[in-house]
Amino acid sequence: MTAPVIDIRDLSTRFGEVWIHRHLNLQVEQGDVVALVGGSGSGKTTLLRQIIGLLHPTLGDIRLFGEPLFGGGVHREQALRRRFGVLFQHGALFSAFNVFDNVAFPLRELGCFDEAMIHDLVMLKLSMVELLPRHARLMPAELSGGMVKRVALARALALEPELLLLDEPTAGLDPDRSDSFVRLVRQLDKELGLTVVLVTHDLDTLAALESRVAVLAEQHILALGSIEEIMAVDHPFIRNFFLSDRSRRALETH
Amino acid sequence: MLPVPLATLELLGPPGERSATLSGAWTLAGLRNAGESLERALADAMTEPDLAWNALGIDALDSAGAVRLWRAWGQALPLALLSRPEHGRIFDRLAAVPQDEAKAPPPQGPTEWIIALGRPLLVLRTVLADFLALLGQLALDLLHVCRHPADMPWKEISANLFKSGVRAMPVTALVGFLIGVVLSYLSALQLRQFGADVFIINILGMGIVRELGPVLTAVLVAGRSGSAMTAQLGVMRVTEEIDALATMGVSRSLRLIFPKVVALAIAMPLLVLWTSAMAIIGGMVSAWSQLNMSHNFFFQILPRVVPLENLWIAQGKGFTFGIAVALVACHFGLRVRPNTESLSANTTSSVVTAITAVILIDAVIAIATRGIGVPKL
Ligand SMILES: Nc1ncnc2c1ncn2[C@@H]1O[C@H](COP(=O)(O)OP(=O)(O)O)[C@@H](O)[C@H]1O
Ligand SMILES: [Mg+2]
Repeated sequence: MTAPVIDIRDLSTRFGEVWIHRHLNLQVEQGDVVALVGGSGSGKTTLLRQIIGLLHPTLGDIRLFGEPLFGGGVHREQALRRRFGVLFQHGALFSAFNVFDNVAFPLRELGCFDEAMIHDLVMLKLSMVELLPRHARLMPAELSGGMVKRVALARALALEPELLLLDEPTAGLDPDRSDSFVRLVRQLDKELGLTVVLVTHDLDTLAALESRVAVLAEQHILALGSIEEIMAVDHPFIRNFFLSDRSRRALETH
Repeated sequence: MLPVPLATLELLGPPGERSATLSGAWTLAGLRNAGESLERALADAMTEPDLAWNALGIDALDSAGAVRLWRAWGQALPLALLSRPEHGRIFDRLAAVPQDEAKAPPPQGPTEWIIALGRPLLVLRTVLADFLALLGQLALDLLHVCRHPADMPWKEISANLFKSGVRAMPVTALVGFLIGVVLSYLSALQLRQFGADVFIINILGMGIVRELGPVLTAVLVAGRSGSAMTAQLGVMRVTEEIDALATMGVSRSLRLIFPKVVALAIAMPLLVLWTSAMAIIGGMVSAWSQLNMSHNFFFQILPRVVPLENLWIAQGKGFTFGIAVALVACHFGLRVRPNTESLSANTTSSVVTAITAVILIDAVIAIATRGIGVPKL
């Protein structure tokens, strides 16, 4: 019995006087693809930032791969951090580097591959996110919003993470690219047993990924399960999110 | 604890008809753990072209492992390869990676050195042209607010006055006072040898009021407010805030640049006065402790040896330096490209250029006013 990849117990978060999360529990097993949905401002990004250790929870405990996030020396924390890849909501590309160097950066930091190998790896990652070799020389400021997302995804994939955390990966992508993004995630999930947690508002993506869905509302995880299970829950937010006419149409096509 | 992932390669069979057996975890972690010995085995395998590869033993294959094998195979699938179907897909994806079109550097002609020489000149030309355009735009803005006084950005001017004027008072006072003390102390040491103690007031008065006060203030303000202005405009460009302003029909030069220039043009002369006063007080304190010169005596002599014209020259310098520092800061702020490297480079250039410009202008003014305000002997 291996420990869950993500294990959040009784997490509470407070900004100033406002509680963003209260007694939040979430377990994600290895190989799961979990979509985190919730209203805008419900604290999805905040939860993601806590999972990757950028933010200390006010109360509660988070474990990744069965290990605590903090403590145990720099090397242990660093090794733990290399096991997951993150796609930030706004890409967070290094603006002074071009696309190639952005993706190559974590590989160079690792310091165990030569430049030729890094070049081939970067080109493979870029082609996985459907970018062309000529895009590699562009600067982040010269990219469209969707391309920024794809480069950021390529960078998140650079170190072959076991856990991938994606904050609104398909926002700003055209439907075609969203589909190929879904294909890529499913493929990685199948080939490498990747665990994926993604924040999304896009029902098409949700339905196509056949992922489990975690609903974040009222400051905790309201429900966790397949789309059908979630839709059976009677709650105003879920009714609004999944059972509106627009959502029905999206879900029926899949 | 999970077993440590490891990528392994075994070469079996007699030389000539050997086969390579791959096993373990051909992943990033597996490659790292295998280290040098694996590299040696791969290099060994690459010497034999028609090696038969058996990859059925690979438990996990990620793109790092696949790329490593791909490179060992010379960027093509080997003729004899046994692999699991799910791993085959990864290799297919590798084969489909579009090749980077060769980007050979353009041939170097015999005129290359002329081009290399000309490039900085062209950059200089665009910098000067931009600067001129900025000046022109400011002149137009000035004309505009004269015609439509309601458009005068009072709030921004007052905010800038507070930020670059009032907030700069403590640091300019401290630096001015200390410079005054040091200058007076060193002069006193020399003057005492000749019994020419009284002349300390001449030296301090003329030196500080006419030269040191304005230049010192300008250097401090360039480092303090000039860099802040450049960084602010630069970040606004990086985050597209300037574009947002433009789409709302707000003139960036009228709202962002004009107030900065006006604020420094007003604040600088006042700061010059303040800094010079502090420096003279510092000098007076030092003269009192070193030469036992009383404050009353100091204040009696000072107006006599420093004609009033010097104060006006100092005010004129302050006004000019203020405009120069603000203009240079805004110019470099607008040149920032949307990346962090450019932001830091332009902030540096802003401060360096502003200080250089101040000293150049100071030299020009010194020559132009050489007959004014100097006490006759
Ligand atoms: N650093 C912060 N300081 C104060 N409040 C914050 C901070 N970060 C986020 N918040 C607040 O927390 C709430 C959740 O934000 P966020 O996690 O970004 O929401 P979303 O679910 O849309 O990603 C919002 O109301 C936001 O205003
Ligand atoms: Mg968010």
